[in-house]
Amino acid sequence: MKVRISAALALLLVVSACSAGSTASVSSGPDTLAVGFTAEPANFDFTRTDGTAIPQALLYNVYEGLVKLDGSGKIVPLLARSWTVSEDRRTYDFQLQPGVTFSNGAPFTAEDVKFSIDRVKTDWTISIKSKMDVVDHVEVVDPLHARVVLKKPSNGWLFDMTGRVGAIFSPTGVADLAGKPVGTGPYEVQSRRRGDSIVLAANPAYWGRKPVYRTVILKYIKDPTALNNALLSNGIDVIAQITAPDSIPQFENDNRFTVLQGTTNGEVVLSFNGAKAPFNDVRVRRALTLAIDRKALLDTAWAGRGTVLGSMVPPTDPWYEDLAGYYPHDPVQAKTLLAEAGQTNLSIRLRVANLPYATAAAQVVASDLADIGVRVTIEPLDFPAVWLKQVFTDHDFDASIVQHVEARDITTFGNPKYYWGYDNPRVKQLISDADAGTPEQQVANMREAARTITADAAADWLFLYPNVVVAKKKVTGLAANQVSESFDLTGLG
Amino acid sequence: MALAILRRVAILVVSVLVASIVVFAFMAVLPGDPAQVALGINATPELLARTRADFGLDRPLVEQYLSWMGGVLQGDFGRSYVTGEAIGPQLVDRLGVTLWLVGAGMLVAVVLAVPFGALAAVWHRRFGGTAISGLSQLGVAVPAFLAGILLVQVFAVQLRWLPSGGWTPPNQDAGEFLRGLILPALSLGLVQGAVLTRYVRSAVLDTLGQDYLRTARAKGLRPYPALMRHGMRNAAVPVVTVLGLQLTTLLVGAVVVERVFVLPGLGSMLLDSVSARDLLAVQGIVLVLVVAVLVVNFVVDLLYVVIDPRLRTAR
Repeated sequence: MKVRISAALALLLVVSACSAGSTASVSSGPDTLAVGFTAEPANFDFTRTDGTAIPQALLYNVYEGLVKLDGSGKIVPLLARSWTVSEDRRTYDFQLQPGVTFSNGAPFTAEDVKFSIDRVKTDWTISIKSKMDVVDHVEVVDPLHARVVLKKPSNGWLFDMTGRVGAIFSPTGVADLAGKPVGTGPYEVQSRRRGDSIVLAANPAYWGRKPVYRTVILKYIKDPTALNNALLSNGIDVIAQITAPDSIPQFENDNRFTVLQGTTNGEVVLSFNGAKAPFNDVRVRRALTLAIDRKALLDTAWAGRGTVLGSMVPPTDPWYEDLAGYYPHDPVQAKTLLAEAGQTNLSIRLRVANLPYATAAAQVVASDLADIGVRVTIEPLDFPAVWLKQVFTDHDFDASIVQHVEARDITTFGNPKYYWGYDNPRVKQLISDADAGTPEQQVANMREAARTITADAAADWLFLYPNVVVAKKKVTGLAANQVSESFDLTGLG
Repeated sequence: MALAILRRVAILVVSVLVASIVVFAFMAVLPGDPAQVALGINATPELLARTRADFGLDRPLVEQYLSWMGGVLQGDFGRSYVTGEAIGPQLVDRLGVTLWLVGAGMLVAVVLAVPFGALAAVWHRRFGGTAISGLSQLGVAVPAFLAGILLVQVFAVQLRWLPSGGWTPPNQDAGEFLRGLILPALSLGLVQGAVLTRYVRSAVLDTLGQDYLRTARAKGLRPYPALMRHGMRNAAVPVVTVLGLQLTTLLVGAVVVERVFVLPGLGSMLLDSVSARDLLAVQGIVLVLVVAVLVVNFVVDLLYVVIDPRLRTAR
């Protein structure tokens, strides 16, 4: 028997040796930081793989753009030291940071800017590439001066340049984007263990401020309880974003931790299928919006944290205004409107993403709507697979709840084919005028667009998802707001 | 003997084929489009169509199945829709983690069950025996994930003696590897150990009633030594059967425990792949699990022969 047991052990050893490869044991050295996330990147190539997890890990940390978004949502310089915009708002002249190299040693010049922007159109496969459609061409004026000429004026373009489409690549560093990213950022990818972690190491040749932490381990822990336990038991130093609100007080009441609460771009939306009856009747949409007590809903769905919204605009956008009081909770008025619309016997199918915030919100929506005589059948759909197919693509729903995380996604209300089936030519016009105008015109037009969709009750914006970051006391410089696509490690102290 | 083995291998092959067809069919009828999941919320219809073509999802199901199976037979499990990486090496990598977990869980179970089960049988009329039976009854009722959560609360969160989860490969840092394995192994092993204790107890009780043990006792041996010298080998046959069955339960339990302890094994890969509709990965994982279960059964059959010499001539 002894022989057999040792044979079995030997087999185990062999198998585990196959699983070799360096990885992250969280060492507690002073220059090492471990950050816990819930969503793991599928690979490192955000030019061909969609989702927020890859840019969250790599943007600003490994890849840099000409411009970046700071914690308050403002566009600030990065690889471009400065830029000017021509009178007709079509030509952008970028003066580039000198002395920058990629992590493979190649120098960064205007050629790389041209290469990267052109490459979005030719090599990127994900739909976000359409954000570069507005670019006519890129000129290399001199090695430190790149000129981008747009087909038509677009404020949205410079904003988009703060995201992944603006990431600067080197022609010498795109051979294996999925496995080996090459950027100009303060960190480079050292190793990864799928299902566990990614290890970032400080780039010794970084042109800017040297990062305080030489090694940053990004730990991926899907289960919220396990994520919390990892912080409580010293397995990690930071939770990038708390997804279970009930767990926050235990961190607030523990003097080992700092809890930061800020905002995101994630509007949790009760969408109506506006393309079909009864939701093509504005009175029905208004009635349902009036019937729902959003403050109470936020208390239930996210422990009262987060922001009650009145439109598709988070407070970090320049055209934000508080429209939360536009439809006060008023069941009596709601009933009257339903009667006017001839919908006193309404039943709807509420098909929500099977995520905790959405199913919790759905319960409140159903009970509030029951109070005005609307019967609601809640159907949780497996997210993303089933929800994307049935609600988003096939438009097979009456109402739905999901979080919309993209920045400035109010523009989706200018697209009648989008799943909310909202078609208002005026909103379309306002959004396109905003993009083409001066910054002042942009703010004015976007405000008007936001007010219009609110007046139309195009959807019910339940609340803005909060960003709650928990960190050990020693970690400083974390941003409270999550407004860019990046989990920005560069400001950590 | 050779014929028996050949028959076993044939069963194994047919089972794997049937399992692969069932899994493939299930994934085909499951709602959700892998291309849509891979491309995300802003995918255009043209891009979706192109991606579906790239994945081969526009081909007839039978053709998709055959090309997948053809690849598997040559050791090629295909490329993940989500990560773009080859699935085969991932499977090997993840299987390594799961095998460590299952092996360690089994070890805990056996180390607990054999002495306690035997004691419970020998003491079956005394308080000690009743106490062990009661405790094992309690252990049977606790699911592995609950045991895991409790262990984490006590030993990781409160006492901070052991990590709450995560994985360090043994060849990187053996100490950290062992520390990380203790809690998951306990949460799997305690429950299985409780189940096994009850089987060991009844097997030993059965043996204690046999004539040859009565003879040994009559010659003056005390119960425990008598059992150790003459009874254990006989009691082992039913216990090994249960061990084999349990090994398959352990594999299933590992899926859940991997989630609780954030271990990058086959179980967590399976859950992630299902939710991402990474069909090829799911098919590959299930195939590996099916083969593992069948191989365990095969090995258990062989072990009977090793333990019980009477079976050698019977075949």
